[in-house]
Amino acid sequence: MTSHLKPHLRRLEAEAIFIMREVAANFANPVMLYSIGKDSSVMLHLAMKAFYPAKPPFSLLHIDTTWKFREMIAFRDETVRRLGLNLLVHTNPEGKAAGINPFDHGSSNYTQVMKTEALKQALDAGGYDAAFGGARRDEEKSRAKERVFSFRTASHGWDPKNQRPELWSLYNTRIGAGETIRVFPLSNWTELDIWEYILAEQIPIVPLYLSAERPVVERGGQLIMADDERMRLLPGETPVKRRVRFRTLGCYPLTAAVESDAETIEDIVEEMLLATTSERQGRLIDHDESGSMEKKKREGYF
Amino acid sequence: MAEPVTLRPDSEAPARSLALGDADKSLLRFLTCGSVDDGKSTLIGRLLLDSKRLFEDQIATLEKDSKKFGTVGDDMDLALLVDGLEAEREQGITIDVAYRFFATEKRKFIVADTPGHEQYTRNMATGASTADLAVLLIDARKGILSQTRRHATIASLLGIRHVVLAINKIDLVGYDRAVFDAIVAAFDADAGHYGFATRVAIPISARYGDNVSLHSEHMPWYRGPTLIEHLENVELSSGAAATKPLRFPVQWVNRPDLTFRGYAGTLAAGTVRPGDDVVVARSGQPARIERIVTLDGDLNQASAEDAVTLTLDREIDLSRGDILVPPGARPDVSDQFAAHVIWMAEEPMLPGRPYLMKIGTRTVGAAVTELKHRVEMDTLKPLAAKTLSLNDIGFANFSLAEPIAFDPYDDVRTTGAFILIDRFTNQTVAAGMIRFGLRRATNIHRQALTIDKAARSGAKSQKPAILWFTGLSGAGKSTIANLVEQKLHLAGRHTYLLDGDNVRHGLNRDLGFTDADRVENIRRVAETAKLFVDAGLIVLASFISPFRSERQLARDLVEEGEFVEIFVDTPLAVAEARDPKGLYRKAREGKIVNFTGIDSPYEAPEKAELRLEAGSASAEDLADRVIDYLSANGFIPR
Repeated sequence: MTSHLKPHLRRLEAEAIFIMREVAANFANPVMLYSIGKDSSVMLHLAMKAFYPAKPPFSLLHIDTTWKFREMIAFRDETVRRLGLNLLVHTNPEGKAAGINPFDHGSSNYTQVMKTEALKQALDAGGYDAAFGGARRDEEKSRAKERVFSFRTASHGWDPKNQRPELWSLYNTRIGAGETIRVFPLSNWTELDIWEYILAEQIPIVPLYLSAERPVVERGGQLIMADDERMRLLPGETPVKRRVRFRTLGCYPLTAAVESDAETIEDIVEEMLLATTSERQGRLIDHDESGSMEKKKREGYF
Repeated sequence: MAEPVTLRPDSEAPARSLALGDADKSLLRFLTCGSVDDGKSTLIGRLLLDSKRLFEDQIATLEKDSKKFGTVGDDMDLALLVDGLEAEREQGITIDVAYRFFATEKRKFIVADTPGHEQYTRNMATGASTADLAVLLIDARKGILSQTRRHATIASLLGIRHVVLAINKIDLVGYDRAVFDAIVAAFDADAGHYGFATRVAIPISARYGDNVSLHSEHMPWYRGPTLIEHLENVELSSGAAATKPLRFPVQWVNRPDLTFRGYAGTLAAGTVRPGDDVVVARSGQPARIERIVTLDGDLNQASAEDAVTLTLDREIDLSRGDILVPPGARPDVSDQFAAHVIWMAEEPMLPGRPYLMKIGTRTVGAAVTELKHRVEMDTLKPLAAKTLSLNDIGFANFSLAEPIAFDPYDDVRTTGAFILIDRFTNQTVAAGMIRFGLRRATNIHRQALTIDKAARSGAKSQKPAILWFTGLSGAGKSTIANLVEQKLHLAGRHTYLLDGDNVRHGLNRDLGFTDADRVENIRRVAETAKLFVDAGLIVLASFISPFRSERQLARDLVEEGEFVEIFVDTPLAVAEARDPKGLYRKAREGKIVNFTGIDSPYEAPEKAELRLEAGSASAEDLADRVIDYLSANGFIPR
């Protein structure tokens, strides 16, 4: 029974399930981008519901930059084992060979090579005609104009002026050879909706979202966790233990922690209600300049 | 540099409990619409700001952006909060529909911010399609504009029941009640056309916040609710869909193994319980609901908007696109209906042109058989029209490739709404709302005949076909077709040649050369050719037929393999130099308009069965290539 859900969460859940089934019914070779974070966890949970008693009729794809938190990778492997799903992991081989890393090459170069290019490689290699992503419209301004079914050219480009109108729940799923669609079933969810749903449905999440003593350094006003020995410390920097957690998860050198005492999902929801900063504030790559998300999206970023 | 972020609740902060009082918070989806500079983006920025939905880092970005792009001096330009794409910031306009989220103690809101200028009206229809309420922004200095009427019409056509007139920039007219009253009266003069259930008018200043969330001290004469108060309290009709008869469009058939066969879908209307008798709307096949399956366990009931998986007590022919309904409350089943249509593409709508229609979970070939009228937005009057252009709204009869089940849009949105998709560009070109079914085809049943196509063509020792010659005027289509027919005739084959010019003297003498008439010309020719194919003949059709869509229409009329598209590919310069009928000269002199290749496009075939490069060989040789193709592919004996 789903009646324990608040009315608006029921509506969002039903909408996401409808969107996923529409993809399964219309595309030959869909794939689900799985980034291990809270939104991916909710998306995966919804996929399990949408196709029950069958398994989701698509694989999960993780773009591994090799700089994810270790706990994320452990959680990822545990999740696919628990659910019995097929996981594909791709790392940009050229980027890896060239040793591209967030310290020497700058966050935007690094993101371009290890995330955007890697994603395009994996999508091309798999020949996927549709790819699910966990993006939400409330995350960022250019996302607010994103379609649920977002059309991409054969070269993965996103032209904000050339998107199809979406009326009712009538999604136009027709594409030409080589063209693809990115699908965002969580478009209408807010960050608070995500946490309330995780709480109500008891969805497992990476423990990094919960507060604990972790070794961090303060750099440029941000708290960066030294997750492994590759962390480059500047002169005078020494990781110190602080009670922190993460509102979003990405590559550890580019994801800032926040000081928090929230040790349970209930605590997080309560904290959310009092929050005075947005979640993307902890994403260092968004702050390069205003409009930077739109630029990355045009180039094929998710 | 900023301090690291701390999320520890400040002990001074107001203690809000986890429950937050939103356990049963309802969701209101609304859209804002208005003309350029009426202040839509500013209003939404104001709603976000007043509902404390803005975070410190977003306010910091806003302050930075206001200095760079702002249009209101040193103040924070609230519009920059929502004008997300760089292109629109630079132009100071909103170019695409954006969705915004905020909440108050009573409700959650999803706002569709839709652009005002005319060329983006399709976005307003998009926002309206999922909205419960529309906020029409009106600049107090300008009053009701044709845009306001257009937006009210779209909101009304899309079934929005509640409308708010937000009369903005009231500060710029000195908070004058007379101005407000005059605008409301002007709107109400047209209101009968719209049929809204509620219409509430509120004088506001989005920039300064008057009557948005706080009552204005500048307008003691206004005693109504603030905008937020009204949005929190307006009664929603959601739940009404659950009281209607069941409509369950099958979305996806779930067959994990041989023991389970479920039908996944979202209820468009009504409720369903195990044991309910249902029928497949289109075929009338009965079945009984066995289980309502979800990951969280079987349900004993599901209602409108629930996404579930149903199993039935027996195996029936049921697949995606079918609708399960109660035996006693069935929808219309027909291949013809009348609908309002909003045209959303640069390419005009042409009656007779085949489009794909997506309605519910079904996709079917469809064409407009008759455009009854276009709605003139300034006067709201129906006007005679032959085509619809971008942002036009029309009322038309549709004919489908096969019968479907549907309801009038005002009864059930999901089974009464459709989009049209261009078969070649795959663009969504229109949105439509079904008003009523047309039953004129219901009592005309096809007569089954004993002698069929195979019998007729077998007697002639040939396989019937349409040889469709397409190309520019003067390309050599008729010359080659004529030679091919001579050769076939000499070989004892039975043929008929339909020629573009000849047909226009008889069957199609009432048609001209507009795009709409060209489409109808080809439709009639294709239907005629189909009859001859049924007679067992090899039909040669020689027509410029410049549009891919109509050649596809002709192809779709006959069976797979019976249509042979022959592209007579002659460069424009060569055809124009030949100019056997002096037509190019006249077109260049402007004496003929809509001439293919000059001022009307020719869409070359992408996958023609045969391409004849007419510049490179004699007509005789090219005709032989056609004969070779026919014998190689079994149309005629070797």
